[in-house]
This record gives sequence, structure tokens and C-alpha cells, in this order.
Amino acid sequence: METVRTQDVSVNDLKWKIEYCAERCTMCGSCVATCTKNAIEACISHRSVTVSNAHQPEPVKEHKAIPVIKQVASIANACVGCGMCEKVCPNHAIKAVRNIDNRFNLLARDHGPIKRGGRTNLNAQRTLDSIIVGRISQMTDPALDSERHTFDIRAPFGRVLLPGELPLISENGQLTLTGKTPPVNWIYPLIFSDMSIGALSTRAWEAVSLATAYLNEKHNLPIRMCSGEGGMPVKLLESEKLKYMILQIASGHFGWNRIIKAMPRMKVDPAGILIKIGQGAKPGDGGLLPAAKVAEHVQAIRGVPKATLSSPPNHQGLYSIEESVQKMHLSLNAAFGFRVPVAIKCAASATSVSVYNNLLRDPYKICGGFFIDGIQGGTGAANEVSLDHTGHPIVSKLRECYLAAVKQGLQGQIPLWAGGGMGLTGNAAADAFKMICLGANGVFVGKILIQLLGCIGNENGRCNACSTGKCPTGICTQDPRLVKRLDVDKGAQNIVDYILALDSEMRKLMAPIGNSSLPVGRSDALVTTDKAIADKLGIQYVC
Amino acid sequence: MCRIGSIKSKVPVHPSKALHLMLPQQEGHDNSGFAMVMQDLYGVFTEYKDKPLLSLACTQRGAQLVEDYMDSHNFVQLAEWIPKPNKQQGLDIKAMPYYIFRNYDYPEQYNDKTQEEREELMLDTRLALRKILEETNEGYVYSFWPDVLTLKEIGDPRDIATYFRLWDDSGMLVAKSIVTQCRQNTNYDIVRYAAHPFFIQGYTLCANGENTFYTKNMEYQKSLHRGYTGFESDSQNFIYTLHYVLRQLKWPIQYYKHVITPLPFAEAEQREDKKVLSVIRQSLGHLEINGPNTIIAVLPSGEMITCCDSKKLRPVVVGGDDTTIAISSEVCGLNAILPNRDMSKDIYPNEREVVVINNDLEVQRWKQ
Repeated sequence: METVRTQDVSVNDLKWKIEYCAERCTMCGSCVATCTKNAIEACISHRSVTVSNAHQPEPVKEHKAIPVIKQVASIANACVGCGMCEKVCPNHAIKAVRNIDNRFNLLARDHGPIKRGGRTNLNAQRTLDSIIVGRISQMTDPALDSERHTFDIRAPFGRVLLPGELPLISENGQLTLTGKTPPVNWIYPLIFSDMSIGALSTRAWEAVSLATAYLNEKHNLPIRMCSGEGGMPVKLLESEKLKYMILQIASGHFGWNRIIKAMPRMKVDPAGILIKIGQGAKPGDGGLLPAAKVAEHVQAIRGVPKATLSSPPNHQGLYSIEESVQKMHLSLNAAFGFRVPVAIKCAASATSVSVYNNLLRDPYKICGGFFIDGIQGGTGAANEVSLDHTGHPIVSKLRECYLAAVKQGLQGQIPLWAGGGMGLTGNAAADAFKMICLGANGVFVGKILIQLLGCIGNENGRCNACSTGKCPTGICTQDPRLVKRLDVDKGAQNIVDYILALDSEMRKLMAPIGNSSLPVGRSDALVTTDKAIADKLGIQYVC
Repeated sequence: MCRIGSIKSKVPVHPSKALHLMLPQQEGHDNSGFAMVMQDLYGVFTEYKDKPLLSLACTQRGAQLVEDYMDSHNFVQLAEWIPKPNKQQGLDIKAMPYYIFRNYDYPEQYNDKTQEEREELMLDTRLALRKILEETNEGYVYSFWPDVLTLKEIGDPRDIATYFRLWDDSGMLVAKSIVTQCRQNTNYDIVRYAAHPFFIQGYTLCANGENTFYTKNMEYQKSLHRGYTGFESDSQNFIYTLHYVLRQLKWPIQYYKHVITPLPFAEAEQREDKKVLSVIRQSLGHLEINGPNTIIAVLPSGEMITCCDSKKLRPVVVGGDDTTIAISSEVCGLNAILPNRDMSKDIYPNEREVVVINNDLEVQRWKQ
């Protein structure tokens, strides 16, 4: 009889347990080779088995040493439930199952705070699912035909002036522009959100950018993709495709050395600049790229050695919102000759309305968009305590910002873009449409894109291993062996197919409410079955 | 759906003509009310064309409140026309006790003020009177402007006409421009203010249809101008935007259509004036109109216009002769009052067109 040590880690302490059927296993080794966490190993087990080796059944009970697959009882090698073993097993001999009695959170802090990637696992409530597009055109006005009518599904990215501020003069019955107006690009109301080369593998990033270019050039959908912090390949910076990209500058300024050097050779302007102040998944934290993911090409693009890259929580030298506007917005606007809209992304917060008000009142009129990122946003790496316990839901915050602008007659002046959980349950069109009715000009999505590439992470603690460099799908890793698992073309095609379906679904939502252009702020089109949500958002309560 | 109509004529026209324009269309307008704005007045108002005319429906106390306000603000009453109603039994009308149409002279302190300042005064006066009457629930003030008379009532338009003796052309009440419709608001509460045509500072407008961007229009318009009030009907959005684009921004008339029904992006991109159209769409995005609708409007210049929604989901037709041109939701209305016109010249504007009738009855027809 073995001695039991209470403090020993057992597989029963881990979040996922391996269910293994030795009778089905052929010991091909595929599962062990596939597991990026080394959570399983092949070993010999002493078993009492009944065997029959004769032509007729002659069962004999034997004690045998047989090879088996066994879960490793280690916190560092804890199974994350990615399911790759099950996927690769030819005989359905193995799978990971959730262990609700685990003690992982108590044991996993032995080397400091738990770090992981993914998204919040605690605050995945779905306000948007309680909201219904309930104002349907019936009798009083006709619904449109989603297949036949033309629909203008475009959103502004850039600073919009009040009508009275436009430099227009009327001559001979015609209006003429007499001065410059801030640059505004009308783009698709869904932006591929900022995931860097580094956070993503080069292949995954390439697949997203491939889908972006394809949607623009083959389907005439002006989708824009944000680079994420960390720059992008010089070849892309100097190509015509740069016009589809929004360059991000975050607090680490990673990648900007190359961007600035490439400027004289840029053939076209980028679609925009996004200043990242914060992100919804880990508000108050800067970007974090663990050393395990700082591969050679990442070092080259960012101009850094192989080390964990922690972007500071703030942009250095910015102490107030006025400074942010004067320094960062002005210098980035100036850098591109005031031809490229510059927007800002903040984590949703109890203070978002104050931030938005400050931006709206900026005398320079150079803030071209306010991106608000809710708690359900994703990240490549963060402290779990930040992911699960800090942040702010996006829906009411977006609504509050819109209504703050309405109160001042400034709605639409700084376009509102909302993200963080858009498409969480797989239907990004419905989420985007409802957010637009509540006042968003558009939405930005990240997680759903990598899910389309093959990411199997979810809100229930599955995988979320983006920070480890051991992403089993080859999406959030720089390990060349793992990256090869990802088929770039197939991944890009999945994104293209999804966005084309989303575009049709947007029409399917616009048509019944009788709108041929986006119903920004048309809250009367929404109803909710939740009284508290109705009161908070100012929409009709129904039951 | 309601039906709308208007008449513009070189010779003064009696309201009965407007009624004859509308009655054949009654299957579409349900006969629940009658409202009209008459402009370029003759008859009893001929001598006071340059003096603001107050159109009012009220109780006795309401009349007193209005009189007190006007007196205390130094308006001098010049003339008054109070219809003597035919109160025969069985008429379908929810009449107010008094209908007052009264010309005032500007207060003395406005003698050397500019026309613009006088126009602001007239608006402020109407808004103040509306507030007083609304607070006390003693009546309705529809317009206060030179040469403009507004009548609105709930009931069967034929009976309303009988009540006000509008069938008999005594020559007292005639105008060269009439905009009318025969239905109360049915989408929202029946409020006299919700019945179009609406009027603000020289602009008159009535609309047939829906504006599904009512909420976003209203939320924006509320902050644009003190005169943009009420919002009892989604049709008010049309007139406020018309007023805003033409009077406040001082843009030429063709840009109104670009504001309410902007060209699709792909189409606008092909145009020479794409930059102008683009900044207009950006800055006035919250004034875009969606939904099925047709409007008829009269501008301060006296020009009458009509246009439709961007999908041409509501009908309208323009037709007439050298003396009179009418706009109507349905052609049967035109046939009733202008049976001898050349029908081959009738205009059925498409979704991108605007038709403008000037004071010489020249018809311009252009695409946005």
C-alpha cells in the first residue's frame, strides 16, 4: 500500500482529466506527439487482464505489464482541454473531460500569479441575447428586400465636423469645399481587431490579412484590419495593401521604428492609426508578450532581444487626456500629413463617458474614433486576476457614451466603435447590429477571427494557453512545428466565408426594420425581455 | 398611409378646390381630419400680406391668454378674421370653441430691426404662445407669419369644410398656394399638432409615409434649433431638416435631397462633387431619412417642391395647366380638379428626383 501525501498533486486536482480507454488504444503515439502541454505520456502499467490466445475462447487471468497513455500529474503540464489528443486519435481511445472538483486555482500560484491568454471566464454574461430587433416594418411601412434592394453598410472612421463647421461656400447654386476637413474613411462597420505578429503566429496573422485583402478586392467589402502592437513586415508596409491596414501604436511603441523608416517608401497611406491606451481583457495593463513567443522574426520586426516584452500600462510622457490629444494625436496626424484618421482605443471603464466627453470637446478636432473595448475582449497573455476580475461590460458603456454625445448634439462627431465579446456566441452580425442600434458606428472583433482559424478556446476555461507559446492550433505560437498545423489558405477562406455570411445577415436585419443604411442610434428598433436592461439602455421592455 | 396634396396657382384658389383634390383619394386617407396651410393670401387678408398672421384654435380663456401675451409684448392688432361656423347637427368634427386668424403689426421697437430679427421674433412668439396654451391646455397655435394661414381640425374633412363654410366661395378666403391633407396622425396619439402640414419660419411641409429614422433624427434635431420642438409625428423631421439645411446652413435646395436620402456610396463615388457629398453625408448622417415617404413643401420664396424616399415606396404625381399646377398622392385627385390638363405632361417623380414649381408655374425637374 502506497503512502498518501496530502500535498502531492494528482490528476484529480487539475481542471481537465484524461479519459483513456486502453482497450481501444493501439499505442500509435499520436496523442502524445500532438499534446503541446506534455500533459500525457506513454508508460508501462501493471495490469490484471483477462486474455484468450487460443482459437476457442480460453480466458485466462494474467498479470501483465502493458503500455498505456497516462496523464501527467503536474501543474506545469496540466491538460488545458484543447482536445487535440481526441482529434488525432484514430480509435477514439482518449479525450479530455472537465473536472469540476479540481483544485487548480489553489495550487497554480506556486510561481506567482496565474498567467494565461484568452478571455474572461467569469463575466461572460450576454446582455445582447436579451435584446431583440423588435420593431419590424409591418403595414405602416414595408420591409425591404434583403436580396434585391441596395444597402449602404458603411461606417465612418475619422473625425466628423458639425454641419456648421464644414468649410463649404455656396456659389451659383453649388456648394464648394474651400478648406480641408479631417480625413474620414468610410469602411465596413466591422474591423478585424488588433492582434499583433507575436501574439499571433505569422501564419495566423497572414491568414487574417489575406482574408482582409480578399474581401476588399474580390468582394468589394472595405474591411480594415488593425496591425496590433508590434508593427508589420516591411514588405507589407511598402505595398499597396497597406491601405487596408490600421496601424496600431501602443505603450511599448513596438514596431514603430520600422514603420517610421518605411514611411518614405510607402506607396499608399494606411487606413488609419489606432492609439491603444488600454484593452478590455486586461484594463490598466500594457501589452505582454512572453519570451517564449519572441521568436527571431518578432525580434526583427520589433527591434528587440529575446525577452518578455511588457508594454507599460501608460504611454510614457502622457499624463492627461489633454496631453494625449496634443501630443499623440497631433504628432501621428502630422506624421501622415493629416491624411490618415487617428483613433484611440480604451478599455471600457466607469470613466469612459468622461474620456469621450473630453475627446468630443478637443479643440483640434483630430480624434477620429473612440474604440471602447469591453471585459469580454481577448488577449494573448495576462494575469488571470485581470482577465476575470477587472474590466467593464461594453453594452451599457457604449450606450452611455452615445447618449452623452446626444445630450450635447455631438453624436457622430467622433465615431464610436465597440468591441469585447462581439460574436461571443458565434453570431457577430446580430451583435454588431444591436450595438449599432444602440449608437455604435461599428464594432471590432478579434477572438472570433482566430476561432474561425481553428482556435478552440472558450469562456469556460478551455485551452486559453495563448500565453504559453504552446498553442495547439498553431495560431498563438511562434513554434515552427506548431505553426505548421495551421493551413493559411483554409483559415483565410473560413474568415472570408464567415464575413460574407455576416454581410448577408446584416441585410437580413436591416431589411425588416426598413432601413437601407445603418440604423446608428436607432434604439427604437430594439426591445428587450429584461426590465433592468430596458431601463438601463432606454429601450422598450417587452414580455 | 395618408394622402397629401397641394395647389399652386396664378390666380387665388379657394380651399374647396383643395378639398376636391383630396376627396377622391379618401380611400387612402380615412377622412379623420383636415389640415391646410394657405400662403400668398387674398380676400380678407389682401391688405396685410406683409404683417404676421396668427393662426389659432383655442378656448375663450386661451384667446385671452394670447391677447394678454401679445399686448404685453407690444404687438398691435391690425385685422382679424374669425370664421362663423355652421354648427348644424350631426357634423363629424371635434371643434375648438374659437378659431382666430389675426394680423399684427410688429412691436414698435422692431421698426428698425432687420427682417431676420423679425423672423426670429415671430418664431419666439409662436413658441411662447404654444407654451402658454400647452401648459393651460387652452388651445393650439399653428403659425405666426406674414401671408400664412393654418387650419387643422379633427373629424371628417367634408364636415369640417361644412363647419367652416369652406364649400362656399365667398371670395374672403383664397390663396395662390395651398398644401393640405385629410387625415389625423394614426401612428401616434391624435394631437392637433401632429397633423401636417407643419410650418416653421416660412417653410411648410406635409409628408405621406413613414420616417423610420425618427428616433435618430429627433435626438439630433433637438439640439440643432430651439424651434425644433413637439416631435408629435415622424413627419416633423422632414420640415426641421428642410429648415436647417436651407435657412440655418443656407445651402442650395438640391442639397436637401442629398441630406435626407444620400446617394449610395458606390454612386456618390462616381460623381465629380463626391467630396462635397461625402462631407455632407458624414456631418448630417443623423438627418438621413429612411422608410417609405413622399413630401410636399413650400419654401419662403413661394416655390413648391416634392420628392420621394430613396426607394420610391410612396406615390406622387404633379400635373396642371398654365394657370394651376397641383401635386397629389394619387392622380384621381388631379383628375378631379384639373380634368382638362394635358395628362401626358404629368410627372411621376422617381426616387432621386426633385420637382420644383416656381412662382411663374415653371416646373423644374432634376435629379439629386
